[in-house]
Amino acid sequence: MTLWLTLLGMTLVTFAERAAFLLLPPQVELPGLFRRALRYVPAAVLTAIWAPELLLQKGVLSLAPGNERLLAGAVAIAVAWRFRVPFGTILAGLAALHFFDWMF
Amino acid sequence: MPPQSRPLRTEFQAGLRAGLQLLIAIAPFGLVTGVAMAAGGIPPAIAMAMSVLVYAGASMIAASQLFFDGAPALVIVLAAAIVNLRLLMYSASIRPYFGRESLPRRLAVSYLLVDNAYAHVVGRFGGRIDAPGKFEYLLGLSLPVWLCWQVTVAAGILVGAELPPSWKLDFAAPLAFIALTIPLLRDRASVVAAASAGIAAVALHGLPLRAGLALAAAVGILAGLAAEKWLRVEAP
Repeated sequence: MTLWLTLLGMTLVTFAERAAFLLLPPQVELPGLFRRALRYVPAAVLTAIWAPELLLQKGVLSLAPGNERLLAGAVAIAVAWRFRVPFGTILAGLAALHFFDWMF
Repeated sequence: MPPQSRPLRTEFQAGLRAGLQLLIAIAPFGLVTGVAMAAGGIPPAIAMAMSVLVYAGASMIAASQLFFDGAPALVIVLAAAIVNLRLLMYSASIRPYFGRESLPRRLAVSYLLVDNAYAHVVGRFGGRIDAPGKFEYLLGLSLPVWLCWQVTVAAGILVGAELPPSWKLDFAAPLAFIALTIPLLRDRASVVAAASAGIAAVALHGLPLRAGLALAAAVGILAGLAAEKWLRVEAP
């Protein structure tokens, strides 16, 4: 039951975010600062999701080579930067994770 | 044939072609999302309903992880709202193109506004906000993308529960987010925004109710704005 409510809530907020500006009357102008701030939303939000998954081990910051998720993430970032192929990035990251796990 | 319908059909077909080429990227994301929902313990019926109603993979993966951690419903909804904040940016950015369409069409555009659809519409019509066939192009693009998404999510949900944990497929979720992030880092201000948000998210991860995610996003946005201003002063 709670899960259905969660689903309803997610549906409503997500649609509201998509529709917000498309449903505004055409004559309403958006402030420039607001538009500029919106440009940084995707990169900031997405990085805030994945960075802790790479840098934290059991809730503690870990920059040691024993943190194989950080190493595999670095491989994935390099592949994404060079080739920009999402599927290749995911495959390279998973392969690297298994490799580093086997190595250390 | 009325004179208008030929370019409109051409745009629909162009969208269809673009959409079909996207499937190689959509299919793995759909699979990863389905697997993540199954691994997070979301029942198949709800997971599939979420795929159709929410239709935004990143928030569905984030919701699955939070659900698995036992987060309350309100926290999951708020986290989804933050993850999908980028859709608000798309909505604002795409408004000049569709702002004068009829209400049903604007509602359809809203529902279909996902990362790839946004990028392709802006890429094809960049600046030509009065060009005919924008809606038809979006429709053509969204048809294969939507179908492929639903089918691969369903496949992911079906196989997800069966896959052994030793495959470490849970790591596919952050990898999918990395694959989404890196192409966004086109200028130094965006890199500053992403790096600041990442560092802040690590520093603030211990805060209750996933407040760290919202705060880290705010830090990143402010850092991006500051970098933009500062770099402009630096430039000759």
